[in-house]
Amino acid sequence: MNNIANDIIEVKDLKVYFDMSRGFLEEILAKEKRQVKAVDGIDLNIKKGEIVSLVGESGSGKTTIGKAILHLVEKTGGNIFFKGEEIDPKNNKEMRLFRQKAQMIFQDPYQSLNPRDIIIDIISEPLEVNKLVKTEAEKRERVVRALEWAGLKPAEDYLYRYPHELSGGQRQRVAIAGALVLEPEFIVADEPVSMLDVSIRADILRLMLNQCRQKGTSYLFITHDLSLAWLISDRIATVYLGKIVEIGDARLMVGKSVHPYTKALVSVMPVPKVRKDRKMTILEGETPNPINIPSGCRFHPRCPNVMGKCRESEPELIEIEPGHFAACHLCSPHNINKKGPRS
Amino acid sequence: MDILKVRDLKTYFKIKAGTVKAVDGVSFTLKEGESLGLVGESGCGKTTIALSITQLLPPEGLIAGGEIYFEGTNLLKLNEEEIRAKRWKDISIIFQGAMNALNPVMRVGDQISEACVYHEGMSYDSARKRVKELFSLVEIDESRIDDYPHEFSGGMKQRAVIAMALACGPKIVIGDEPTTALDVMIQAQILQLLNRLRKEMDMSMIIITHDLSILGETCDKVAVVYAGKIVEIGEVETIYEEHTHPYTEKLVKAFPNIFGKREMTASIPGMPPNLINPPAGCRFHPRCEHATEKCRLVEPKLKLIGGEHYVACHLRGDNDE
Amino acid sequence: MENAKKAARKRKIRKFIESFKTNKMGMIGAIILGIFIFLAIFGPIIYPYDPMQFGTAKDVMAPPGPGRILGSDDMGRDVLGGLISGTRISLAVGILATIISMVVGTIIGVASGYYGGRTDAILMRFTDMFLVIPWLPLMLVLAAILGSSIWNIILVIGLTSWAGTARVVRAQALSIKERQFVERAKSIGADDRHIMVKHILPNVFPLVFANTILVSAVAILSETTLSFLGMGDPTHPSWGMMLHFAFESGAASVGAFWFLLPPGLCVVAVVLAFTFLGYAFDEILNPKLERR
Repeated sequence: MNNIANDIIEVKDLKVYFDMSRGFLEEILAKEKRQVKAVDGIDLNIKKGEIVSLVGESGSGKTTIGKAILHLVEKTGGNIFFKGEEIDPKNNKEMRLFRQKAQMIFQDPYQSLNPRDIIIDIISEPLEVNKLVKTEAEKRERVVRALEWAGLKPAEDYLYRYPHELSGGQRQRVAIAGALVLEPEFIVADEPVSMLDVSIRADILRLMLNQCRQKGTSYLFITHDLSLAWLISDRIATVYLGKIVEIGDARLMVGKSVHPYTKALVSVMPVPKVRKDRKMTILEGETPNPINIPSGCRFHPRCPNVMGKCRESEPELIEIEPGHFAACHLCSPHNINKKGPRS
Repeated sequence: MDILKVRDLKTYFKIKAGTVKAVDGVSFTLKEGESLGLVGESGCGKTTIALSITQLLPPEGLIAGGEIYFEGTNLLKLNEEEIRAKRWKDISIIFQGAMNALNPVMRVGDQISEACVYHEGMSYDSARKRVKELFSLVEIDESRIDDYPHEFSGGMKQRAVIAMALACGPKIVIGDEPTTALDVMIQAQILQLLNRLRKEMDMSMIIITHDLSILGETCDKVAVVYAGKIVEIGEVETIYEEHTHPYTEKLVKAFPNIFGKREMTASIPGMPPNLINPPAGCRFHPRCEHATEKCRLVEPKLKLIGGEHYVACHLRGDNDE
Repeated sequence: MENAKKAARKRKIRKFIESFKTNKMGMIGAIILGIFIFLAIFGPIIYPYDPMQFGTAKDVMAPPGPGRILGSDDMGRDVLGGLISGTRISLAVGILATIISMVVGTIIGVASGYYGGRTDAILMRFTDMFLVIPWLPLMLVLAAILGSSIWNIILVIGLTSWAGTARVVRAQALSIKERQFVERAKSIGADDRHIMVKHILPNVFPLVFANTILVSAVAILSETTLSFLGMGDPTHPSWGMMLHFAFESGAASVGAFWFLLPPGLCVVAVVLAFTFLGYAFDEILNPKLERR
């Protein structure tokens, strides 16, 4: 994280806590508010033209991280820098400019498009809201361009249709066109293919990849599917209970991951290949509720390599080799010297 | 020995717009103790096959032809009562999304014992004992028997649903998307559990899924279903490595292999056909890059091309006469 | 390109009409209502009638016969004529009162559902108040204070019947604001006003529409009740007013059924027609049942 000039997004110690809704009695008795620590102190940077993936199970807080970076949920603590500047969400002018530069692609193309609008109105909405076009002709031209980027050709065929008249894949392309129309520099893509049939996933992923390569757009790709993250991203971060437990080069994270959680995730990833010799590390139980985060290392109750120290102190994210960070006592410096991190 | 034999099954749905030929001439055999995967895109008819076997089709669905032999008896010849006796006891089904369909105001244990009481005429006490056995079988703590569904986590609910399917000691269990919507780690747990149960309880199993990549660890054989027909069937290794049907090839390549080379997965152009008016000839020809004139006109038959490997394709299989 | 936009809208309307045609209840309601609307608009032209034109002594409570198909009333006026001119008053009062109710209910419902929190709590307690206040005494009091002009009647009915609409709209707005397209709108920098007008309103509108029709039925009934109780505007005699006169003059006890029954049946028919239509629209437009 040294050359800030190149970072589109830099996040420092980001925290997002949600207040638990309290029952009527608790409210009256004024018990202390319980909080869900959805995101509990993460550092992350995304360079220009880079695709970084957040991989985690449901309840890991990965989507909340994405939304917090876009200021769609209020952060509890920490700093978020966009091109080196921290944005004040209360400053309308700054926010308006930021909203034009940073976009989100949502998971469900059936939900993210207003069913009562036609496609041209959906895609031109960001232009209208930000008053970026003056004439109908200009608006139409930009919508057509966005649709064609998103691979819907000829665009004229789609302009005046309703979302329900399109297939799932086409809808997700429309959603992407709606994000691209402002030519953003940064896009958060939240599970953009998980609702789609496998047969069309690759098209959507390729679209993102090409867009990133050709226009230098940076992406934060949020997914539960490690293999998709591995496929398209430059770096992968694994998230467990609101913390990044390991981050590094995408290839490295599959082949040479050091954190037991990442290793377990890799080991159970289904692949279209029969591997008789395959050793799976199937973790027991399920990710705990973020209301009661375990003491020490939050992963210790499910960790196959747990040590005494893990129950007491929380490991820091440390650099174990250039660009590869992990938060695990097994790879803390003196352990590396003794045992090596990849035991 | 063959425990289940499906021959030329045809299941149609009569709706306003016409007759949907959801399953149109499907044949396969399930051996005792074997596990078969039915895989295909959404709407290809894989769930309808399961519902035809258990005869739980919705009112607009009807079995238009074919035979389904279970241990030698044709299930389609039995009357409603005889079917009901076999359903659950001999063939049980884990419905898609069943874990979210548990009755929220009824204790999980009671919901499972209901099946025992109803199908086996057990007393309440012995049914409760049976539920405890089932809980330990699916690795849920016995003390959770009186919990309500909302006190169960997602993985535990799915285990409870599996326990329900096992309640009467069936010979065949059909799992319809048994791990969809579960996290990878829970998915791995459930698949491991199903594997173990199949071996311990000496069952046969049919796994229906859109996710071809989960079948490697769970199935012996895989049937690839496209537009109401089986286009290729064979051992799971064969389907993964030596598939010959262009659709199977695309489907396999649509899944990334993190232990292999990092290359972009394949997509299949176009969309699955409308099953009211399926295309003539091979149903896959409009999406197939190798399609020839013959593919447009003549429908390929499922042909044996070696071992237990069948394929329905003019290009790859020897499909002349 | 405006044509293409219109074509898209036309497709949608056509789809709506298609599904409406197959809805028997809706068709019956539409036909009955169509007849009454026709009468309200063209009736007075085809069958001129003056409520201030009283008959002679022999006309009083005369039974149906040649020249007066439905007999005459206690003032010797033609019942059929009164019925036809009453149609216009009853429908107008019902529809105008409903528009007031719809506008108030929608604004309160959308604001309450979208903003949530304190706004929601205050607006909904206010709504609850209107929901539980016995509306008939309230209307009587209001009508008595404001005086019984037809405009006051419309206002009073409109202001007492919006609470149900507000509740329904709020529930729908609550669920729509959680939909991803609202989040998307926020993520592109849209403000609250834009989101409410562009996203929430169009999506609650079908429900408001179906609800409105049901409220119309209630409004017409309310008007009838108020008029029957003597709070109506005597210069604009509606069906309720006819019933009022019939009751006052003892039409029931002298067996003058022709004076009593026709306005009663008309009220029943119109209320039924509105109810049928309302349910039909609800069936077609309700997003929960719409699922394509």
